[in-house]
Amino acid sequence: MMHQILDVSAATIDWSRAQFALTAIYHWLFVPLTLGLAVIMGIVETCYYRTRKQFWKDASMYWQKLFGINFAMGVATGIILEFEFGTNWSNYSWFVGDIFGAPLAIEGILAFFMESTFVAVMFFGWKKVSAGFHLASTWLTGIGATLSAWWILVANAWMQYPIGQEFNPDTMRFEMNSFWEVAVSPFAVNKFCHTITSSWIIGAIFVVGVSSWYLLKGRERKLAVNSMKIATVVGLCASLLAAFTGDGSAYQVAKVQPMKLAAMEALYNGGHSQPLTAVAWVSPFGQPDYQNGQEPPFKIGIPKALSFLATRDFDGYVPGVNDIIAGYTKADGTREPSVTEKMQRGRKAILALQQYRTGKKDVTTRKTLADNIRYFGYGYVKSADQIVPNIPISFWAFRVMVGLGCLFILFFLVAGHITWRKDITHRRWHWLHIAAIVLVPLAYVASEAGWIVAEMGRQPWTIQDMLPTWVAVSDLRSGSIMLTFFLFLVLFTTMLAVEINILLKQIKKGMEAPNV
Amino acid sequence: MTYTFLQHYWWLLVSVLGALLVFLMFVQGANSLLFNLGHTPEERRLVINSTGRKWEFTFTTLVTFGGAFFASFPLFYSTSFGGAYWLWMIILFTFVLQAVSYEFQNKLGNLLGPRTFQCFLVINGILGPLLLGGAVATFFNGSNFLVNKMNITDTLQPVISRWANASNGLDALLDPWNLVFGLSVMFLARVLGLFYIINNVADEAINTRARRHLIYNVVPFLVLFLSFLVRTLLKDGFAYNPETGTIFMEPMKYLHNMTVMWYVSIVFLTGVVLLLFAVVRTMMKPDYLRGIWTAGIGVVLTVIALLLLAGWNNTAYYPSTANLQSSLTIVNSCSSKFTLSAMSVVSLLIPFVLAYIFYAWRAIDSKKIDREEIKNGEAY
Repeated sequence: MMHQILDVSAATIDWSRAQFALTAIYHWLFVPLTLGLAVIMGIVETCYYRTRKQFWKDASMYWQKLFGINFAMGVATGIILEFEFGTNWSNYSWFVGDIFGAPLAIEGILAFFMESTFVAVMFFGWKKVSAGFHLASTWLTGIGATLSAWWILVANAWMQYPIGQEFNPDTMRFEMNSFWEVAVSPFAVNKFCHTITSSWIIGAIFVVGVSSWYLLKGRERKLAVNSMKIATVVGLCASLLAAFTGDGSAYQVAKVQPMKLAAMEALYNGGHSQPLTAVAWVSPFGQPDYQNGQEPPFKIGIPKALSFLATRDFDGYVPGVNDIIAGYTKADGTREPSVTEKMQRGRKAILALQQYRTGKKDVTTRKTLADNIRYFGYGYVKSADQIVPNIPISFWAFRVMVGLGCLFILFFLVAGHITWRKDITHRRWHWLHIAAIVLVPLAYVASEAGWIVAEMGRQPWTIQDMLPTWVAVSDLRSGSIMLTFFLFLVLFTTMLAVEINILLKQIKKGMEAPNV
Repeated sequence: MTYTFLQHYWWLLVSVLGALLVFLMFVQGANSLLFNLGHTPEERRLVINSTGRKWEFTFTTLVTFGGAFFASFPLFYSTSFGGAYWLWMIILFTFVLQAVSYEFQNKLGNLLGPRTFQCFLVINGILGPLLLGGAVATFFNGSNFLVNKMNITDTLQPVISRWANASNGLDALLDPWNLVFGLSVMFLARVLGLFYIINNVADEAINTRARRHLIYNVVPFLVLFLSFLVRTLLKDGFAYNPETGTIFMEPMKYLHNMTVMWYVSIVFLTGVVLLLFAVVRTMMKPDYLRGIWTAGIGVVLTVIALLLLAGWNNTAYYPSTANLQSSLTIVNSCSSKFTLSAMSVVSLLIPFVLAYIFYAWRAIDSKKIDREEIKNGEAY
């Protein structure tokens, strides 16, 4: 058997992670506005279709113009993400490509083509197709984008909660054995609902923010008021649904990623009847000393709320970081092994696989492999602290997301009430207009924070418990990845600056403005 | 459905997607000629708005081509993308430049100016087809990579595939035959771009220039493509033994494939004839506008046939020149039978997708782009 001398350095892993994070963060600056604005555009154009009033047509074209400026960047950043699975995570691509590749291919076939076909009709078809066809194209553009989100979130959910697969020692990889378990796993359903509703919030806040700017300036009042009426309803529904689906997501995390939940809560030693941390000081400048078991200072919690959130039982048991490392008894009475035991069993699986591949395919080898394969990823772990994610990032990102989410519910309640019941154009509501503009960047902060919780909380795993990052990475020199990292950083930042400037100019010109 | 059938079916689907991608690179081809076809800002806007209504199809096909490869032949995805890092990164980088260039270039507030984005379109128009062509040529000429799945059990060095030298894919461009094929794809994209502009833009000046440039691009395309074809058919090819999986060199393997798979040869020849017919007819008849469709069908058929020659009939489609036994075949690099079967069910929806693309395309192209439309508002 040929032996290769490989040279994968820690820097290669770190730069690969940084590059993926960079492209994902940039991609997620553009996609939620596409998803959210698509719904509002669809409603506005439906108003036009039903009333045939020129105002609604102009309003549709106006929001579509802003949609188009943002849309291109979402597409541009998305292509990098897909191919980075191959370029930077080549071991990952082989080891789980049998499962992970399918949602990506389906996304391309079913969603991307729908989106790209009908977006062209939406932009250029006003004078070329009937009003009904155009309306259908606008909705299908949004549906295509949403379907795309579904399949990529199915793929992401599988990384968080691998299900519907088995290991094949002959091919040295995991292989899918249930498409439906992968496609409609409870984790995927919750993730999709939470992500989509949070994107609708961004769309709604963007529309309310732009409309508020017009009201502050005393311009485009009809566009602003009518758009705000639609956006506040969409925003309120979305923010309530996001809270509901967020609870569902947290419940799923508690079941399948207890370490992530422990990091989100900075819960070092768990137990029954656990409080949900409302306030605590977790230093953002380094991993806390969780081993000594002391709670973070200034901790104020909501009694029993964490237990309820995690187990649907106020007295339910929630494991902390140290419990997970040492092993604990689960609610059903079974014992979750310690990390040390998982590491030993993981190494047994790797050794059995080695023996299997060198021809020792007897019953004992097969049984050893089958009994220990679920801990395969732990075989590459050297010490227990490697499986603890960055606690400060997880803790603070979670609080930013939840805190802003609550703020959005309050905002949409107030803004909706004033928009629908009062004269929102009156200058006494200028404070609300200013608040709406301030909330636009905060909506993005909340959305990115959500992804940081999801992805940083999963570390060090690319696939939960199955494949750590240092086994998933490509064999590349760190200098190459560092160079592409900075190339993308410069490119995306420049394009973001251009996009924001164009958006601001377009907003400043208003609805009556000519195209150029 | 047998596993063997599924492996061949998915290679066919990947080939079809690859062929559609080459056809849709008329967008890149026309953009590469932006400053040749458009002498004034208004003329350039006509060209940009013409390709600007189709660029999403090319982009989406590229993404779907990648996704389909990932799902059906994950070891290729892992080995080629992870190994030929720089080659793929440059390709992707130019496509990112293209994606933003349409929307941004003529908008107020564009900090970089329209010219910058037009140059981005030209860069993508030249490098995109050239490098993609170079990458595809490695299917026939081989690449410098090593694969050893056993490495996964080495907890210190678990990466299973790697590039065998420090260039991470750029060495592919040092092989003159890869360059020859890359250049021929680039000229082909330009020929298709000219056909498309002739068909899609109702403007006398642009139309005249497009017809003039046709000959400048057809001749180098034919010379380069025929050179590559003759050399490929006569050279040793990468074959494998279906019983043992052993890879070996076989004299004139691709010519042998053409004779064994006579139906692929018919598809290939039909494609070439259609392309040549479109060229001759467009050059001979000034009122002939439909060259893009005849040539397009021809190109799709030709590329499908070429890719089938590379992957079917016990041929290693991604050969390794560093270690012959590392070469990838549709058997040793494919997904499991279960996944290929599940994906095959999804693939039944492809005709439905093609149908609505055709319908929407016709609706948008019902009226040719002219100067009046550019002034009217719905334009980049």
